[in-house]
Amino acid sequence: MPDSTAIDLECINISKTFGDVLAVDNVSFDIPSGSFFSILGPSGCGKTTLIRMIAGFEQPDSGEIRIKGASVLNTAPNKRNVKMVFQHLALFPMMNVYENIAYGLRCRGVAKQEIDERVNNVLDRIALPDVGEREIHQLSGGQKQRIAVARCMVLDPDVLLLDEPLGALDLKLREAMKIELKLLQHQFDTTFIYITHDQSEALVMSDQVAIMNQGRFEQVGTPQELYHNPQSAFVAGFVGDSNRWSGTTVESAGEALKVKTDDGLELLAMPSDSGSTDRSQKVSIFIRPEFIQVERTRDESEHTQPGQNRLTGVVDSLLFNGANSRALVRSPTDQLIEADIVLTGGFEDLKPGEDVQLIWSCEQTMCFSV
Amino acid sequence: MQKDIKRLSLILLFAPFALWITLLILLPHIGMVVLSLREKVAPRVYEYGFANYIEFFNEPIYWNTLIRTGSMSLLVTVLALIIGFPIAYYIAKIAGPRLRGALFLLCLIPLWVSDLIRAFGWILLLRETGVISSFLQWLGILSGPIEMLYNDVAVIIGLVYTVILFMIVPLASTLDGMDNSMIEAGYNLGGRGITVLRRIIIPYAMPGIASGCIIVFMLTAGSYLTPILLGGKNSSWFTEQIYDQFITRYNWESGAAFGMLLLAFTSIVVWLGLKLTGQTLANTVTKT
Ligand SMILES: Nc1ncnc2c1ncn2[C@@H]1O[C@H](COP(=O)(O)OP(=O)(O)OP(=O)(O)O)[C@@H](O)[C@H]1O
Ligand SMILES: [Mg+2]
Repeated sequence: MPDSTAIDLECINISKTFGDVLAVDNVSFDIPSGSFFSILGPSGCGKTTLIRMIAGFEQPDSGEIRIKGASVLNTAPNKRNVKMVFQHLALFPMMNVYENIAYGLRCRGVAKQEIDERVNNVLDRIALPDVGEREIHQLSGGQKQRIAVARCMVLDPDVLLLDEPLGALDLKLREAMKIELKLLQHQFDTTFIYITHDQSEALVMSDQVAIMNQGRFEQVGTPQELYHNPQSAFVAGFVGDSNRWSGTTVESAGEALKVKTDDGLELLAMPSDSGSTDRSQKVSIFIRPEFIQVERTRDESEHTQPGQNRLTGVVDSLLFNGANSRALVRSPTDQLIEADIVLTGGFEDLKPGEDVQLIWSCEQTMCFSV
Repeated sequence: MQKDIKRLSLILLFAPFALWITLLILLPHIGMVVLSLREKVAPRVYEYGFANYIEFFNEPIYWNTLIRTGSMSLLVTVLALIIGFPIAYYIAKIAGPRLRGALFLLCLIPLWVSDLIRAFGWILLLRETGVISSFLQWLGILSGPIEMLYNDVAVIIGLVYTVILFMIVPLASTLDGMDNSMIEAGYNLGGRGITVLRRIIIPYAMPGIASGCIIVFMLTAGSYLTPILLGGKNSSWFTEQIYDQFITRYNWESGAAFGMLLLAFTSIVVWLGLKLTGQTLANTVTKT
């Protein structure tokens, strides 16, 4: 077991600008030993720049990077014990698999026999024991992926950096590699820093996820925290699916707030950050599809219970996706609202065109001032 | 129907190319081979045999010249590679996109000027009353004028200058195709600069190196103007011998034999070079 208090990597207030682009803006975080840490953010938010600074290919303008407690700012990239899996893997095409993996060991001057042992050992661990003599172009996408990880792991790095390593794979393989990478991380028991703009990758694999936007960390937390307790509108919108309205606060109703949306709906919402309790405040409201209950309209006189939001609408279309099926419901204000439903294939199922009620509690309605 | 049209257009497309190959390359060479095997025994009486080739091997001055031409050409090739590689690397990997275009253009500029003019440029610089000699005298480093022409060094400098472009272009285009992250991976996995160069960059650039070297070697071994003008009478370049046989002695038969020998010799050197570096000709052509 890794010592849960040991910190493998520490970044303190690091910033980097390219010309007048602020690529990384005052980012601080630390990563405990043996954990799987993801950095999730939209394209161009500075993820690659951040990771390249850790690897030593870029020098931060300010701030401090420590690996296992020691500053590495003045350490050359080839002397840092952080290894990197590149976006397009960067396997060496002129060497075979064995030589690719042995390259790092040879650079360290390890004895021939030990190289042989360690390469074969790592090939066993990634479950590709017989590919040593193959050329790189003879491998499948998933195998290349594993070789790229093995090439780094054979060097026992303190931290392994992965820059969107699944980006080049097709969807099916991505799904499989997601689980595989997590298993590999578990097996090697090394700290992984994983960059992605695919939230499902980040949520499935990570112990901790940092949400990055425009060079800053918006929030760092476990996948559950980020999903259920986002601290900002960006995080709420970026992590998971949600229906979104913008509006103005009207009054507070107990713990909740009454908000009038721009298209005229009145909704109850829970303030999720400190700023949004005042009146006439611009806010954004988020509600996740799985918290919306869809009921057929039977009785017009049904009344709303306290703390509930209720909308009437018409089913516009059904998106069947097995257990993740969804209904698109057109609200009176002509907005499409997504709600999760169960489609069993029987007579009870909703049909497009039916009148429905959408019900959800204000507790699950997140509200952020903008 | 569709297929016929396709085939017809293919034939039409290839016709000029095939014509060019047969008329300008294949036929003259066949003619040369035939000519080289002919021997004059009496006026207007010819016999077929290897006499012209045997004569070459019996006369040391001939094959010495060929060996000398070959080794000097190899030296020029190596020098062009050593000087050209850093330049190509700079153009492909370090310079920004704007500077890259400008540098490429700069490399091409010498091609605008004819071979002859370029050689005279060197003569202007290197001769006894030339720019360098006068400048060194003006500085007081030399007491009297110095002749820097008509020696091997001048020939080599001139040749390297003429052919280096043909080394830089294929090298730069191969290196340009190399993903930067490959170099970074080389460092990241613990390699020092020299290791990355030796184990990653050079192996990757090998097809470009091979094709650059082939072009440069062939051009140098077959060049005529530069060795004559910069080396003078004692440059002893093999093309000079061929010229001599054809023009001065009017001995076309042995001139043709010499030509074929030069072709065979350079081909063997290229083949050996490819064998030694583990490259194939197809590889060097497709990768650059
Ligand atoms: N070498 C560079 N020179 C100038 N600007 C750069 C350089 N590298 C990155 N940038 C800029 O810095 C910002 C962050 O880039 P970065 O590559 O870190 O984004 P990213 O989060 O990795 O995006 P993606 O998900 O698309 O890979 C971008 O605006 C980019 O244009
Ligand atoms: Mg990136």
